[in-house]
Amino acid sequence: MEKDAPALVELKGVNKHFGDLHVLQDVDLTVRKGEVLVVIGPSGSGKSTLCRAINRLETIDDGEIVIDGKPLPAEGRALARLRADVGMVFQSFNLFAHKTVLDNVTLGPRKVRGVPKKDAEEEALALLDRVGVKNQAHKMPAQLSGGQQQRVAIARALAMHPKVMLFDEPTSALDPEMVNEVLDAMVALAKEGMTMIVVTHEMGFARKAADRVVFMADGQIVEQADPDTFFTAPKSDRAKDFLSKILVH
Amino acid sequence: MDDYLSGFTALLVQYDVLGAFWTNIQLTFWGALLALVVGTVLAVMRISPLVSLDWAGTTYVNLVRNTPLTVIMTFLVLGVWTQLGVQLSSDFNLNFFILAVIGLGLYHAAFVCEAIRSGVNTVPVGQAEAARAIGLPFTAAARMIVLPQAFRGAVAPLGNTLIALLKNSTVAAAASVTGETAGTMKTMIEFQPNYIWEIFLTFAIGYVILVIPIGLATTWLSNRLAVKR
Repeated sequence: MEKDAPALVELKGVNKHFGDLHVLQDVDLTVRKGEVLVVIGPSGSGKSTLCRAINRLETIDDGEIVIDGKPLPAEGRALARLRADVGMVFQSFNLFAHKTVLDNVTLGPRKVRGVPKKDAEEEALALLDRVGVKNQAHKMPAQLSGGQQQRVAIARALAMHPKVMLFDEPTSALDPEMVNEVLDAMVALAKEGMTMIVVTHEMGFARKAADRVVFMADGQIVEQADPDTFFTAPKSDRAKDFLSKILVH
Repeated sequence: MDDYLSGFTALLVQYDVLGAFWTNIQLTFWGALLALVVGTVLAVMRISPLVSLDWAGTTYVNLVRNTPLTVIMTFLVLGVWTQLGVQLSSDFNLNFFILAVIGLGLYHAAFVCEAIRSGVNTVPVGQAEAARAIGLPFTAAARMIVLPQAFRGAVAPLGNTLIALLKNSTVAAAASVTGETAGTMKTMIEFQPNYIWEIFLTFAIGYVILVIPIGLATTWLSNRLAVKR
């Protein structure tokens, strides 16, 4: 990431409640173009909600979210257009279960961007090749392993040429032996300069690819730093406590 | 005994029983088509994020589903045709046929809507989220991602609705449709009461023969079309 890269995603005073639960409390966050941001924290800290709020899969109660200089629209066509520019990778993959792998990847470009079928398929195959699942292109999602499905999901998001990619615990639902194949694809993406916001517990990924680590607890950003500083010398007690629980076995 | 049997056979020649079943099959076909179209629209209204559409769809379903079909049919004939003078065809019989199809279609649309909604419930919410995340607006996400999977999950309840529709098509007698099964059976019994059991069994078995394949077909289709997850 360049030092003075412009802000791509900005959250200003964002608040969100689930009933009585205040899941996001006055969250301010700026992600610059090309930055790889890792969000970690205990479950229930609001990190997934934060990630989902950025393309409005969760509404917010107040505050402002700005993407590439434009405030996030509330609904309708404008919101759909903006979502097309924000890639999302889910914990449970969410590949379209009734469509082949190739159709999963070409659907967005064809129906949202109006790319001709032949061009969309050509690019989809190149993307599937990039994440190592080109030979699965004509299968149905249920025939693939979790790791393969998640790599298809990454290709599906990339096919839209997003300005930023959101990853909501992309490896949490995977069997352990499949985690690395997904993380490798993500590291490669980070190296290519993609702006990424990654909610994860994978410290290895954070150390290898992140520019900054944000630690959340109880709906607030408690601490943020570069990965080395954060993992070796956390400042807050909450972060020290959390790290001691996940790093020591 | 021979006289008795030939008497019954003569009855089947005198009254067009097969033609009566054919009339009900036609009523069912057109009624099912109308119910499917209206029911799908209602289902989309009920899953839409717009509260007013959801409300309108819910009101329709609750109102129509809880009104007896006979009342709807009678209303169409006496209210819409006689009172309001709405003439749908210059052909007297065809006019009643169309009114009956409308009644059957609008009534069963409420059940089709609920069948499709049960199908929508088989589609994980993540499917719609992923569709929205790649930039599909609500209607496109519903049309391309949610509804195709919902229909495949709704084959069994839709089949049940079709069976109900076929049997309910006999209520078309209340809409003055001539030559359909219920009316034909009633006329036959009126004029040949000594054959009441045979006449009754003829129609009962006729419906069983029509309904059982529908049940078998929907079970087979339901398994075959199920979305693997």
